[in-house]
Amino acid sequence: MKVIVNGEPREVPEGASVADVVGAVSPAASGVAAALNDEVVRRSAWAATPLRDADRVEVLTAVQGG
Amino acid sequence: MSDDRLVIAGEEFGSRLIMGTGGAPSLQVLAEALTASGTELTTVAMRRVDPAARGSVLDVLRDCGVRVLPNTAGCFTAGEAVLTARLAREALGTPWVKLEVIADERTLLPDPVELLDAAERLVADGFVVLPYTNDDPVLARRLEQAGCAAVMPLGSPIGSGLGIRNPHNIELIVESAGVPVVLDAGIGTASDAALAMELGCDAVLLATAVTRAQRPATMATAMRHAVESGRLARLAGRIPRRHLAQASSPGRALPVGRASARPGSGPL
Repeated sequence: MKVIVNGEPREVPEGASVADVVGAVSPAASGVAAALNDEVVRRSAWAATPLRDADRVEVLTAVQGG
Repeated sequence: MSDDRLVIAGEEFGSRLIMGTGGAPSLQVLAEALTASGTELTTVAMRRVDPAARGSVLDVLRDCGVRVLPNTAGCFTAGEAVLTARLAREALGTPWVKLEVIADERTLLPDPVELLDAAERLVADGFVVLPYTNDDPVLARRLEQAGCAAVMPLGSPIGSGLGIRNPHNIELIVESAGVPVVLDAGIGTASDAALAMELGCDAVLLATAVTRAQRPATMATAMRHAVESGRLARLAGRIPRRHLAQASSPGRALPVGRASARPGSGPL
């Protein structure tokens, strides 16, 4: 199935979780947060949150700014 | 004055200079500038993860012993800002947020309607909200009433270096605020930061003036001294402005014949 991760389409296997896509785009496990369809998914729930076709996932971290 | 500490939402800070991290040419330069500034609280932005990124601003802040203050820069609506703040809280483990909701890219001025909406929603969600706001005393009051932990009026547009364009409004905000007032945005050089503190602001937040200076660490040192000097001057109580001179040497016991019949000594 196809999901949108940080604005880019990405093919993931059926049953993939938020944890799977976070791990695929972020080398660091700390200092990042994820949202699924504009709702924050707590880190503790990443592995247990399955993705569905066309879901939008945002994976953010801190950068220089402000 | 070592006990003169900035207190925001019950947290104490020895430095009244809050720094931003945007615009520094490298993390090394940023680290040197933050150290020179003496800051204890520094902003970061939240952006999509870049898998190719080398080094992290979070590592710099940790090494410098500086507390992180995530912002919602780049958000145009209350909804975007609330989601960004929630992601920052999850990523960084802090309920503190510098709330920015801007109206357009050209001026980067705050959108007051969206800003107040976002502030109310974030306060209700348990955040410590520090809103970047216009130099509008009425909006500052509304933000305080909404439960914000501080108000952060701009001196002039972000990155403009135009200084404090409406000092009178900043004074009006200071006079009526019951929460700390942080002059945020527009600082160009040390005298701007000193003026903010002389006007009665509790702290100054700046980034560009340091990070894009020719010598960032030197400017950071200047800003630290400026904020401290301005604060001391405010606490000392400046003399009133007078229309005419007031002699600082005694007018009595002058040698014979000097004190009278001098041109200009009569009433104007």
